[in-house]
Amino acid sequence: MAMKFEKKTDGQFLLDVTGYVCPHPQIYTKKAIEKIGTGDVIEVVFDNPSSSESIAAMCDQIGNEVVEKKKEGGKFIWKIKKS
Amino acid sequence: MEAVPKKNQIWALAITGFFVLISTLTYAHNEYYIYLSAYLWFGFIYGMCLQYGRFCFASAFRDLFAVGVPRMVVGIMIATILFSFVSAFVSITGLSTFHAAPAGLHATIAGLIFGVGMVFAGGCASGSLYKTGEGNGVALLVLLSISVTQAIFVDIGGWFNNLVPASWTKSALAKKLPDVINVGDGWMDQYLAGYVWDRPIVKFSGMLGLQDTSVTGAFFGDLFVGVVLPAAFLLLIVYLVWARKSYLRKVKQVKSEQIGIKDEFAGYWSMIMSSKRTAIAGLFLGIACGLQMFVIEGLRIKFGVKNAGTLLSRMGHDFGLSIKGTVFDPGYWYVTTQEAQWVGWVFQKLGWDNMDNIYFGVNNGLPNPAINPADWMSIALIGGAAVMALLSNEFKLKKPTMELAVWAIIGGALMGIGSRLGLGCNVGAFFVRVAMGDLSGWLFGLGMIGGAYIGVKFFNWWTERKMAKEMAALTF
Repeated sequence: MAMKFEKKTDGQFLLDVTGYVCPHPQIYTKKAIEKIGTGDVIEVVFDNPSSSESIAAMCDQIGNEVVEKKKEGGKFIWKIKKS
Repeated sequence: MEAVPKKNQIWALAITGFFVLISTLTYAHNEYYIYLSAYLWFGFIYGMCLQYGRFCFASAFRDLFAVGVPRMVVGIMIATILFSFVSAFVSITGLSTFHAAPAGLHATIAGLIFGVGMVFAGGCASGSLYKTGEGNGVALLVLLSISVTQAIFVDIGGWFNNLVPASWTKSALAKKLPDVINVGDGWMDQYLAGYVWDRPIVKFSGMLGLQDTSVTGAFFGDLFVGVVLPAAFLLLIVYLVWARKSYLRKVKQVKSEQIGIKDEFAGYWSMIMSSKRTAIAGLFLGIACGLQMFVIEGLRIKFGVKNAGTLLSRMGHDFGLSIKGTVFDPGYWYVTTQEAQWVGWVFQKLGWDNMDNIYFGVNNGLPNPAINPADWMSIALIGGAAVMALLSNEFKLKKPTMELAVWAIIGGALMGIGSRLGLGCNVGAFFVRVAMGDLSGWLFGLGMIGGAYIGVKFFNWWTERKMAKEMAALTF
């Protein structure tokens, strides 16, 4: 499946990197967060477990907040708010 | 927390039960199989630890350079220090199975090639094993690529002999290896016998004039000077460049006074404890790695052997032994050689005469993968990772896309070549050697860091290009 990055509504974005392995999910997440505005929320969907640790640590390092974490059948669905 | 489905629990139990059954039945058949089972269960533990801590050497420097995350470098350094600590004990008992490797520029070049490969592939050699246990098809493809590349690379001759410097040929011929090896034909043979074997073996204990089996040699020379000091220095650089800014930002939010040295120490410690999961995995991994040496050497003493080849011979399995009667039996965690062996064995069955080289013919043999001790370790590692993934609801069968398949094959091939040039991968050439105070481990590691940097630079360009296409249709 190809990577998908789209705007859902104003200030709400979706990044779907399902099927991708390291390092793609974390690099795409970093770049997507760089593209959106402060206060915007991006929903990141991925299914590579090791990326979860890296994305969480990356958000903590930069100061972005992971506002919601869901896990559905091996899929991680996280909402990240850009600070 | 998501509940673990019943079927996952049943699968986890079935996998564990399968390994228990293998160990029990083979032991009932012949007690020597306990030697192979020791490899098996350490592999199982490694798999569980790696999956639990998402412990991947590739992510250590890649994630640092790509997204500024230091957690894996920290985890690896913790594991290395603990492994080194346990190994120091094993060394002073005289039960260490470790053999230091020749140190030289070749280790750094090998590490560089390996480092680029692991970023392209999405995981290092051990990381690809545990990710295969998570059901990841890309990782399985990486394993195949590493295995096939190595099996071919160690036996290339013909035109490739033209690339061998005359000095290597001369030095290799002077080693008087058995005629069956035909050392003058084969790039790897002349590289090994004509170049690598002429490099010095350097351990930190030796540099300080100490015996590595003495208490001061093992604990001060190899552990403190060879591992703790460089690891602390490396982590200090990581803290100053990547972690400090973020930590101090958080401190300033709650503290009005000026930042002092106490805050800096607290920041350094907070970086080390930032990923509990990785740190715990590192702790268990380090201890298990040291214990494996102790257990394997203990079994060798019990059975009066120096290598598993003797045990296989006693059990009637004398096919695939090297000309010295040995098989690959490192006595500690290793990944890539057994991968080369199983494909090499298949190639041989298909008619390729590939025992006329040093790698298979003299050192490692080509035993049937079903009775290859190190293969038992790798298969069980995949199994252990699968059990852990199933129990944390992270097991998912994933087919590789065409894009990822291409990266997996290229990355795997580079790792295969790097492994053979460096006489090991991120585990055998870096983790184990560094932990044992072997200078060549750090030389390989330096190359890996450089390779990871190059790989990240490339992927940054690649993802930017793809994001630009996706974003062309977006309005902000």
